[in-house]
Amino acid sequence: MTETGCKDPVILNLWHPIAAVAETAPGRVADTVLLEERLGFAIDDAGNAAVWRSRPGLATGDRVEPLEVRDTLPAKLAYGYLWTSLGSPEEIFPIPEFAEPDRRRLNAATIGVNVSAPRAIENFLDMGHFPYVHTDILGAEPHTEVKEYDVEISIERDEILATRCRFFQPMASTTSSGGADVDYIYRVPHPYCSVLYKSSPVDEKRLDVIAVFLQPIDQEHIHAHMMLCVLDEENEDKVIKRFQQTIFGQDKPILENQFPKRLPLDPRAETPIRADKSAIAYRRWLSQKGVTYGVIPALG
Amino acid sequence: MITLYDYELSGNCYKLRLLMSILGIEYKTAPVDFYPGREHKSEWFLKLNPLGQIPVIDDDGLVLRDAQAILIYLAAKYDPSGTWYPRGNPALLGKISQWLSFADGITATASAARLHDGLFYALDIDAARAGAHRLFRILDEHLWFGEREDRDWICSAPSPTIADIACFPYVMLSEEGGIPRQDYPAIRRWCDRVKRIKGFTVMSGVFPAGPA
Repeated sequence: MTETGCKDPVILNLWHPIAAVAETAPGRVADTVLLEERLGFAIDDAGNAAVWRSRPGLATGDRVEPLEVRDTLPAKLAYGYLWTSLGSPEEIFPIPEFAEPDRRRLNAATIGVNVSAPRAIENFLDMGHFPYVHTDILGAEPHTEVKEYDVEISIERDEILATRCRFFQPMASTTSSGGADVDYIYRVPHPYCSVLYKSSPVDEKRLDVIAVFLQPIDQEHIHAHMMLCVLDEENEDKVIKRFQQTIFGQDKPILENQFPKRLPLDPRAETPIRADKSAIAYRRWLSQKGVTYGVIPALG
Repeated sequence: MITLYDYELSGNCYKLRLLMSILGIEYKTAPVDFYPGREHKSEWFLKLNPLGQIPVIDDDGLVLRDAQAILIYLAAKYDPSGTWYPRGNPALLGKISQWLSFADGITATASAARLHDGLFYALDIDAARAGAHRLFRILDEHLWFGEREDRDWICSAPSPTIADIACFPYVMLSEEGGIPRQDYPAIRRWCDRVKRIKGFTVMSGVFPAGPA
């Protein structure tokens, strides 16, 4: 790393996830890194949270009352995670399904990955790799074709939406009883977060929600927080988490071997195919927003 | 029937799944939420293994912990060919034990580095990586000299032994701990040979061999 610190105002002003609430010991100081800044944070049993730039006097593991910490950064609990910002954030993007009471809401895991956030988002959007990387789970040969789907950049909601995605999956979720054509909708409502909706094997009218919320450590390292919000009354939490971790564990070496690690935004930098329609929209959207952190900006 | 107390992303659990797949042993999986749930430190699990480590197997009431110990048990009991752990060959058994110990050293270094990078374990990452490189250098030389005398496997036997299974997973997953293998060509060729063993199976992070 030659540069130090994030100077990208778009990224600085966003909410970023820094910890799963379920994995945070209540009333204790914990620490993490966001955009190359070392942060301390704490959450109490009542759901009060505080985040601050690390400083002497608040050491990891110390007891602390979040409400009594002064000189703090913005803090918010949403979708099972603690979010903060190094700038002035607007409202966080909505996931209305998260409020539906019959859903299982879990942090499948938070995993450190040696990749830029945009590369990881782009991989999450890609269906073409399913049969090869997630063999016999999210895809299988010879069902390798990515059929035509629609992508729009919603100006009003400021997010990317990919719809009418359909893929044959041997085992789409823990509740699957066999292979099926599965419908997908992808949202990218935040440069480093994506929300996926896919057919629920237990209720044909509803969709499971799986999100990746990426915490940028620096331009080439992330903590990937994987949120599940699914319909499943059969399986224990650990079985649902295991399914998602298995899939993420398959993606991890692919992500870590991407070169260059930062996502090139120049349309001529990498040759896309039809399956990459959502990736093309994502790169264009990042360019339009003027994102420079974690990417190689297009020249001119 | 064997029950394997298992975590998908664990290389030590994977080595048992791998040997059982190769030997065609049927087993049930009991998932352990190693991360983020730390279920291996929970009360019920500590009754099974007071060391709080995975994997553990239960074979009709025989409870065994320690991946290397379980490899010995499975091969001794379930390998009719007797080649994976050749009980009648003391010299070879000594060598196999030596490399099972070496595999524990790989766990303490390469696997530790992977836990640091991926799951945020607090440890001396530079020492872990340096330790792994030291072991990989030794293994690479051993395999390289083996190739000069037509030895394909870690031990001097015509077919692989549990020493190969014990060492393979955390060598294969080393890049997740920031330990590249480009300087170890003999290790890379050996990994490819392991992937071509009949009955080979993958785990998350390990891909099958490419077309020959």
